[in-house]
Amino acid sequence: MTDRVALHIDGKTVKVSCRASVASAIWIAGGFRRSVSGQPRGPLCGMGTCFECRATVDGGKHVRTCVLTCREGMDVRTDA
Amino acid sequence: MNGRTPDVVVVGAGIVGACCAWAFAREGLSVTVLDRAGIGQGATAAGMGHIVVMDDSEAQFALCRYSQRLWAELRPQMPADVEWQACGTLWVAADEDELEEAARKKTFLEAAGIGCELLDAKSIAAAEPNLRPGLAGGLLQPGDSAIYSPCAARWLLAVSKVDVRLGVAVTRVRSGDVTLADGSEIAAGVIVLATGGAARSFVPHLPIRPRKGHLAITDRYPGWLNHQVVELGYVKSASGESAESVAFNIQPRATGQLLIGSSRQYGVDTPDIDQPILGRMLRRCIEYMPGLAGLSVIRTWTGFRASTPDKLPVIGPHPEARNVWVATGHEGLGITMATGTARLLADSVVGRAPEIAMHPFLPSRFVEVSRHD
Amino acid sequence: MPEIVVIGAGPAGLSAAAAVRSHGQRVVLLDENPAAGGQIWRGERTAVAQGVETMFGTRALGIASAGMLLCETSESAVVLPFRKLVVATGARERFLPFPGWTLPGVFGAGGLQAMVKSGFPVDGKRVVVAGTGPLLLEVAEYLRSRGARIAIVAEQARWTSLIRFGLALRHAPSKMAQAARLAFSTLPRAGCWVTEVHGTEHVEAATLTDGRRTWREACDYVACGFHLVPNTEIAAVLGCHLEGGVVWTDDLHETSISGIYCAGEPCGIGGVDKSLIEGEIAGHAAAGRLPVARLFAKRARARRFAAALDAVTRLRPELARLAREDTIVCRCEDVPLSRIRECSDWRSAKLLTRCGMGPCQGRVCGSALESLFGWRPESVRPPVQPARAGTLAGLTGSA
Ligand SMILES: Cc1cc2nc3c(=O)[nH]c(=O)nc-3n(C[C@H](O)[C@H](O)[C@H](O)COP(=O)(O)OP(=O)(O)OC[C@H]3O[C@@H](n4cnc5c(N)ncnc54)[C@H](O)[C@@H]3O)c2cc1C
Ligand SMILES: Cc1cc2nc3c(=O)[nH]c(=O)nc-3n(C[C@H](O)[C@H](O)[C@H](O)COP(=O)(O)OP(=O)(O)OC[C@H]3O[C@@H](n4cnc5c(N)ncnc54)[C@H](O)[C@@H]3O)c2cc1C
Ligand code: FES
Repeated sequence: MTDRVALHIDGKTVKVSCRASVASAIWIAGGFRRSVSGQPRGPLCGMGTCFECRATVDGGKHVRTCVLTCREGMDVRTDA
Repeated sequence: MNGRTPDVVVVGAGIVGACCAWAFAREGLSVTVLDRAGIGQGATAAGMGHIVVMDDSEAQFALCRYSQRLWAELRPQMPADVEWQACGTLWVAADEDELEEAARKKTFLEAAGIGCELLDAKSIAAAEPNLRPGLAGGLLQPGDSAIYSPCAARWLLAVSKVDVRLGVAVTRVRSGDVTLADGSEIAAGVIVLATGGAARSFVPHLPIRPRKGHLAITDRYPGWLNHQVVELGYVKSASGESAESVAFNIQPRATGQLLIGSSRQYGVDTPDIDQPILGRMLRRCIEYMPGLAGLSVIRTWTGFRASTPDKLPVIGPHPEARNVWVATGHEGLGITMATGTARLLADSVVGRAPEIAMHPFLPSRFVEVSRHD
Repeated sequence: MPEIVVIGAGPAGLSAAAAVRSHGQRVVLLDENPAAGGQIWRGERTAVAQGVETMFGTRALGIASAGMLLCETSESAVVLPFRKLVVATGARERFLPFPGWTLPGVFGAGGLQAMVKSGFPVDGKRVVVAGTGPLLLEVAEYLRSRGARIAIVAEQARWTSLIRFGLALRHAPSKMAQAARLAFSTLPRAGCWVTEVHGTEHVEAATLTDGRRTWREACDYVACGFHLVPNTEIAAVLGCHLEGGVVWTDDLHETSISGIYCAGEPCGIGGVDKSLIEGEIAGHAAAGRLPVARLFAKRARARRFAAALDAVTRLRPELARLAREDTIVCRCEDVPLSRIRECSDWRSAKLLTRCGMGPCQGRVCGSALESLFGWRPESVRPPVQPARAGTLAGLTGSA
């Protein structure tokens, strides 16, 4: 068993620790969502309150990625 | 009070009051609008903002249609925050019986010159892919639309350049003046009561009952829904008299959010969310659009419709006080009917013949007229 | 038989659950996080008392019907019967808007710490830590231990009030020693705050001031913590009376609703010791037992600490004037200060500008508007957090 998992972020494959949050993986992959008026945004609260870290995970929209742990093969899109 | 005496005082800065201010200002009259709260914070803050032509009765149809035309005339000047959406209405027929009703509606609407399109099972599925399979069909009424009514009210008040005073409660209305909570009075030649469900405190015996509704709104899902989609059974829920009913009614907002309705309850006057009713309403909607179950709801709220026994609004002279006019009782259609309501009153006040018949809406149908001013 | 349900598995919730168990009664502890520990321990210390039933990854949303709590997991809705409830939902960080605060790379202080604990890399990065309260020092030290270079720890309070705070700790020698050690190792600058953050796609630098001099620090991240805001939303939807922004309780931590107890931060921000003691008292009380007198004395001491903390973290008025007219205040809906200024209260700001209408439901901009305009947030409605329509429909077992 390995303690690293691979996930797909906007089509790019990223390997991170299996304890990492999806938000951390997205940051490592190089970028977050845009706000409703198109500004760059990143995670703020790190604890599920602010919704700034939202992404589409395995098809589910508006998932708070700072409170979601990475799993092998996850498909993440930062357009949400 | 300071300043000149206005020609018209409008009590209530909801969508109906705002439209009245706009209609009277167009006549060149000076208008003061008073509201005990802020702009559009009553039923106007709760409603879905669907501008829809309903045909439950001839009178309802006439006022909806007239109002819709007036909204369309305003449209080119509307700022973006009014969120005008030409989403149309897609009436869903679950079975053959409802499809027959859709066909009847089509015949009626077309005879009245309103374009619409009958959809079969295949074309309704194409129009709204998130509807459950197996529906009989539906009727598309493309001329209907949706707005965000609090910002519409604010905009109408601003462009009419009327004097707006907020946080001012009116405690008494007489022919020629209104009394405020602080005891001061404002004199005016014409007074319009656009106080929504609160009209009863100024027109005793008006048979208006609050009818509570729940709504829920989701996060943003652009492209998920294309039309305001309503089950044909909605008409039964709206025009019925049962103490409690729900119907599938969903609207795409300009933000990409989905606004989900609707419920109707008599005999409740607390604004709390009633979880069992909300649950029933959402289950009804999920029956029609199963994919809704997985979407994220970010807020729920309630509002009160001012309903009358014959489901028509109350528009016309106060039964007792001369030069006091009433505009209330719009139930679930006050946003739609606000423009027409305002023009009917403005016509009456300046003595112009109204474009549609006004007698079905007169207060005198409920309250005996006894003028002692 | 329905049991005692504890919402929140932070220090307060853990000790409440342990107290209930000590009387041999059934208790269910639920938390939206995947493990116990709350914000401070974050799964690092997960000692749940033996016999406590746990439901992690479960969010409480409101009441389904009398005696039934409506919750949801990532897969399904859960309706949980309860006889009594203990609300121990903790706190979140307070945020204040300033130019540049929406740039990626600006975090809450506790927020960045939480991110780093879950794999966010800070090794070799330059971090400005700013805001107020002892949390800043702990965060700075933690970040440094993970390889970050701390550019500055900027504490907005003056030295004089910090010293007064230090003196208030004299009855808690361990706290005082820890504070002294942290202060010595992180060397905070008192009376100093961030006025602006610069960058185009992410943080590049921050401007700081001490009121007289203004300078720029190049940095990769800004961690700003303006103290905490109690999570009172679930208590509010349960109908519990709030007073001065915190949940009102009697001496035994029972709220205005009989059978619903509340402990820890929602009753007033006060730190881990206060939460542990309050949780314990609430747990005994919910189990129908009288807590031992010793606990009340300990609670009084913890509350004195809370009062001292409250005084030191009182924000200077300059901080409420940092946002410019074009600074975004509501991050969910991108509403700038200029549009909110046109409104007279929360409700009209919300209705006419969409401020607070987004998915965070004013959790972030609410405290900002309270600092800026003195407005208290709008009414709370269920669900207290976004929830699937299927859950609210009461469709248990739906995905
Ligand atoms: C759930 C729901 C969904 C709806 N959906 C739709 C829809 O899709 N389409 C549609 O057309 N309609 C809809 N409606 C109906 C619509 O919202 C109302 O008919 C409409 O908003 C009524 O507007 P109003 O201006 O008459 O009343 P309100 O908006 O209630 O305004 C009355 C104003 O008067 C003020 N006031 C009252 N008393 C006093 C006093 N004594 N002194 C000073 N001020 C006073 C109040 O503060 C308030 O601002 C819906 C309603 C509900 C509840
Ligand atoms: C980001 C942050 C960092 C902190 N760092 C320190 C520190 O270094 N030192 C210190 O002394 N104090 C610190 N504190 C304060 C410390 O956490 C608290 O004083 C103490 O932990 C309070 O315990 P609690 O149980 O009341 O709250 P918390 O520990 O915050 O626990 C509350 C728990 O309830 C859960 N919860 C909330 N709402 C719901 C819901 N609706 N449904 C289900 N679960 C829910 C939360 O996920 C959380 O796990 C910090 C606080 C925060 C917010
Ligand atoms: S960073 Fe705030 S919710 Fe994830």
